[in-house]
Amino acid sequence: MLELALKGSKRYYGWMGLLLAIVGIGFLTYLKQLDFGLGITGMSRDVSWGFYIAQFTFLVGVAAGGVMVVLPYYLHDYKAYGRITILGEFLAIAALVMCLTFIIVDLGQPMRIFNVWLYPTLHSVLFWDTIVLNGYLFINIVVGWNVLEAERNGVHYKPWLKPLIYLSIPWAISIHTVTAYLYAGLPGRGFWMTAIMAPRFLASAFAAGPALLILLCLFIRKTTNFDPGRKQIQTLAKTVAYAICLNVFFLLCEVFTVFYSQIPEHMDHLTYLFAGLHGHATYVPWMWTAMALMLLGIILLVNPVTRKNEGVLAVACVAIFAGTWIDKGLGMISGGFVPNPLHEVNEYIPTIPELIIALAIWCLGFLVLTALYKIAISVKEEVQ
Amino acid sequence: MERSRREILKLFGITALALNTPPVLNAFAAEQETGHGVEGEPYVKKGDDALKAKQWALVIDTKKFASADDVTPLVEACHRIHNVPVMPIKNHEIKWIWSAPYHNAFPMSPMKFMDEKLEHAPVIVLCNHCENPPCVRACPTNATFKRPGDGIVLMDFHRCIGCRFCMAACPFGARSFNYRNPRPFITETNKKFPTRSKGVVEKCNFCAERLAVGQLPACVEASDGKLAFGDLYDPESEVRELIRSNYTIRRKQSLGTEPAVYYIV
Repeated sequence: MLELALKGSKRYYGWMGLLLAIVGIGFLTYLKQLDFGLGITGMSRDVSWGFYIAQFTFLVGVAAGGVMVVLPYYLHDYKAYGRITILGEFLAIAALVMCLTFIIVDLGQPMRIFNVWLYPTLHSVLFWDTIVLNGYLFINIVVGWNVLEAERNGVHYKPWLKPLIYLSIPWAISIHTVTAYLYAGLPGRGFWMTAIMAPRFLASAFAAGPALLILLCLFIRKTTNFDPGRKQIQTLAKTVAYAICLNVFFLLCEVFTVFYSQIPEHMDHLTYLFAGLHGHATYVPWMWTAMALMLLGIILLVNPVTRKNEGVLAVACVAIFAGTWIDKGLGMISGGFVPNPLHEVNEYIPTIPELIIALAIWCLGFLVLTALYKIAISVKEEVQ
Repeated sequence: MERSRREILKLFGITALALNTPPVLNAFAAEQETGHGVEGEPYVKKGDDALKAKQWALVIDTKKFASADDVTPLVEACHRIHNVPVMPIKNHEIKWIWSAPYHNAFPMSPMKFMDEKLEHAPVIVLCNHCENPPCVRACPTNATFKRPGDGIVLMDFHRCIGCRFCMAACPFGARSFNYRNPRPFITETNKKFPTRSKGVVEKCNFCAERLAVGQLPACVEASDGKLAFGDLYDPESEVRELIRSNYTIRRKQSLGTEPAVYYIV
């Protein structure tokens, strides 16, 4: 099937060429980082994780979001999703490629990465995170590829895939749970040390992932002969509506616990993000923008009239994707490190090279996504 | 970024070698109280002069430090012998031991209306060599580990992958990361202690290399009696006597990491 990704229109080649060019620029910038060290980023002794790890965290959510089409189809026999499960699985693959690349570029000594498996350390959450992420990537490649190939050949997929498909559902939950545990188990990091971290991560994942999927479905309908289907898109929209409501609800639970208890170590981080602390307020406009975007998303998606209008739906999905991205891909990590353990405020601002590398990894992900979707849609067009 | 083919080949060779070499730390892991390893297992024999303890601990008498001038000699002694660089920008700063105002050293227990002298006096802070260290729990490669036998939280600079999970896990901000090659910024290199490469984490090691040859940590030696060092589990030790006869506190005690650095206040 791989050959399907190689033949395409001029526009397809142009898009892939553009992505490849940005990936190339990012790679050259990464070589510079490899030579100089992580000092070319805005990270510091106090904010020791930055944009890379934040993107990683957000994208684990996008990857886990794919399960929102897999679960109804395979567990509830919701037949309509049969048309688009492959889109969910392939989106997960592309997101995981980005996740793993973000981890690699964040390492100080990337050539030693296999030390994680050479000296397996069971008490480290990071060790388990490498297991669940790589495992989920593997499952999605095997399942997605084989199911699509069976569809192309007009046969039912092999029975041995079924257990793997069922396994993929709890596994999707596990990737974002373990990723939340990276943060939620650290004493002295008040912002992250909350039991609702994993549920909140999952809620934002099930909003951001399917929101992106809706946008991709709308795009596919416009540009190809394959229609993912109005019913499918509307059902996904309901999933996004519930998930974004839960995400905001969980955030408000956090706000209540933190500000009613008034424990400074827990309060200061949220105060820093939403109001500024000791005169440092770089993230304040961003955080309020995120809140506004998520609120807009809720209003547009909960109301059936606006949800059923696909133009408005697209706007809502962009708002939700952007809102959750700011919340998780920007505030979540910096917020946890400011103020630092000695209660000093040293802010983190990503640098240009850091942003170029991050953009290039996003482009790498979309390169993989485009190729995979090209294959999937070519097959769908063939069998139609 | 100029690398010859020869260098690249050398890199591959070294990588292959590294993958085939048995982990050197097994030597430490197998070490027993008696100094003898399990039969057939490699172990490290302690030197005849080596200072021994079950859990090393440090007692700092904050009342004896009036100004930054009292702290400087300790910091300099440590940073000089451990090749700690002076980095040109603050983001890349590396420090093993430094001083902070009281309310920064003890942010969870700020005091109101406290003695002005104490409030403004510098409090020495460093790695606490916790008895229950969260950094060790977080490290995915065991590059940072609690040494069996004397409880020092050590770093293997050659195993560290630079993920900085330990830095996020440490509630005391005790760890630094080499954001760039530190070697050009070392004032005078001490050839008896390794320099670090870019991309690894480092921190205070309680002068494990000095204890091994019967010397006290450099900060203790330079402190002129303001710091005491000894075995926390020896009831006769000086540190135990100081903890017994003075009111001492530790940083963020409520987190349960059991810091081994005690402060007389």
